[in-house]
Amino acid sequence: MKQTRVVEFGTGMFVLLGFASLFFLILKTTDVQSDLRGETYQVLARFENVGDLKLRAPVTMAGVTIGRVTGITFDSERLDAQVTMRISANFDRIPDDTDASILTAGLIGGQYIGLTPGFSETYLADNSEIQITQSALVLENLIGKFLVKLGGE
Amino acid sequence: MNRLIQDLWYAFRNFLETFGAMQLFLLRILAYSPKTLLTRFRLIAHEIYAIGAMSLVIILICGLFVGMVLGLQGYDTLAQFGAEEGLGTAVALSLLKELGPVLTALLFAGRAGTALAAEIGLMRATDQLSAMELMAVDPIRRVVVPHFLGGVISLPLLTAIFNMVALFGAYIIGVSLMGVDSGAFWSQMRPYVEVADVMEGVVKSIVFGVAVSVLAVFEGYNAYPTAEGVSRATTRTVVISAIVVLILDFMITAILI
Amino acid sequence: MAENGRDNIILIEDLYYSRGQKRIFNGLDIAFQRGKITAVMGPSGTGKTTLLRLITGQLVPERGRILIDGQDITALQRNELYELRKRFGMLFQNGALLTDLSVFENVAFPLREHTKLPERLIKHIVLTKLHAVGLRGAAELVPSELSGGMARRVALARAMVMDPDILIYDEPFTGLDPISLGVVLRLIKRLNDSLGITSIVVSHDVEETSSIADESYLISEGQVVASGTPSELKTHGNAVVQQFLSGMADGPVPFHYPGRDYKDQLLDRD
Repeated sequence: MKQTRVVEFGTGMFVLLGFASLFFLILKTTDVQSDLRGETYQVLARFENVGDLKLRAPVTMAGVTIGRVTGITFDSERLDAQVTMRISANFDRIPDDTDASILTAGLIGGQYIGLTPGFSETYLADNSEIQITQSALVLENLIGKFLVKLGGE
Repeated sequence: MNRLIQDLWYAFRNFLETFGAMQLFLLRILAYSPKTLLTRFRLIAHEIYAIGAMSLVIILICGLFVGMVLGLQGYDTLAQFGAEEGLGTAVALSLLKELGPVLTALLFAGRAGTALAAEIGLMRATDQLSAMELMAVDPIRRVVVPHFLGGVISLPLLTAIFNMVALFGAYIIGVSLMGVDSGAFWSQMRPYVEVADVMEGVVKSIVFGVAVSVLAVFEGYNAYPTAEGVSRATTRTVVISAIVVLILDFMITAILI
Repeated sequence: MAENGRDNIILIEDLYYSRGQKRIFNGLDIAFQRGKITAVMGPSGTGKTTLLRLITGQLVPERGRILIDGQDITALQRNELYELRKRFGMLFQNGALLTDLSVFENVAFPLREHTKLPERLIKHIVLTKLHAVGLRGAAELVPSELSGGMARRVALARAMVMDPDILIYDEPFTGLDPISLGVVLRLIKRLNDSLGITSIVVSHDVEETSSIADESYLISEGQVVASGTPSELKTHGNAVVQQFLSGMADGPVPFHYPGRDYKDQLLDRD
């Protein structure tokens, strides 16, 4: 009977360890457990060009992640990209003249949305739209402009 | 020339026959599995211990070193672009999606697959399976199915443990030795690793678990009932498992990407 | 099933079976009497073990019938066959004990698989059977700790645990020391007589088998060459029978494996 107990104990430990590892991996490597738990509100922004922006990319303000990109769609009437993002309800005092730009993290890092606050006394609310936006910098366009400028001189 | 074609045709037919037999064997096992899972869980638990818990040592050691190698190599490569902060992301993605499931499955085939094949093969060689049949006990239900299920349940768990240990190994090298920022190591992976990536690895490890386990019990069950037959069954288990795991890995990756 | 004074429990009629290219049985007819010990003897490689596998339905013959109490087992479905097998007990050459179970659990195995008896009753039955083979004290050992003779006795206890009608012994005397051999011989005889079990003993040990058998069959080349009581066999006129019983090296069963002419091969004349 003692033998059986060892087996049962070992099996239990092993299975527990396995599931704990899986849980740990999901928790630690992905942003399931993100800063976005709890209440959020949705904000829209239109960009001429979203570049390499991906779903779930962070939305930051002063370098702190306050939200996530939840949708990127192409508006066929206005011919621009409509980005929806969810921002934690903790940050409900963002001026409505805030501007949003698509920035790049590091040299080969992914892109994220950076918000720079304005000075308005009214704040962004659910489904409101950020009016001032700055598109992603596309390297080819930059070089193109640079060359045109060189040619002009 | 004619002879060569004949030989090739013979080999091909032989392969198809074995392959078909294995599929039928798998179907039969799967048909008995739900009932076994419900009514004979003790048998399965015993196999999880013998197959899974007993493979822990090799998984822990190999996982740690694989992680440390990934840490070194990854740091070296990323440092050339000044992107050391991305080490965590690089290691996590390559582990979760590819290296973890595949390496664990290969180690599993070597440690547990051979043990399965040898154990069942020995039961065949020493008439234990025949004896069961004569006691009106179906050896497939009593022996093969619990061993198979033990393998299928163990491999995904072993894979998760392997991944965790490997990540820890990379952390030791990257953070403690190379001086990558600890916070960056973890926080950088979050935006890039999706739950779907973790799940891809889990799906892979389940498929590999089914493949390696069914191969091992099939080879053991159909082993030629001699000492040589058993040793041949274990060798075949490792070789075929390795090939099958890599082929399946390619197929699943192609489908999921 | 009583015909001319015989009560046959198993009847094999006109049996044909081949393994690969090799013909093992070529129109075999054997009848096993109820409650008696019947021996099946023959040189190695005559398919004695194959015969047992055919009787128990593990192999299917090409032609012929195997009747058990009038029921043809070659025509049974899988589950009917499993039901029928509960009437059989079989002792394998090497015991075939399950290596990962203790002696007690080995004997209890059929009970646990087929019945829902309470633990106390199982313990009672198992210890009774182990006592009958003299190994009650070895209940907690594992098979790897047993000698060949002990393993065979445990296997015998296991074969008896479901109270079968028919006990089949496959080479029960091979590789035993004289004491174990005597023990096994007496057990077979005693079980048969006290429980009214039908026993089938397959063996090539003439001396031992003859001492307990009520009737013997000698098979060679896929057919029965002689049958009768052991004393009838001794006076049988067939040359194969005499060679087998007296153990002569050469005779109808040749000493030399078939091959080319000796002189020709040495001189290498093609």
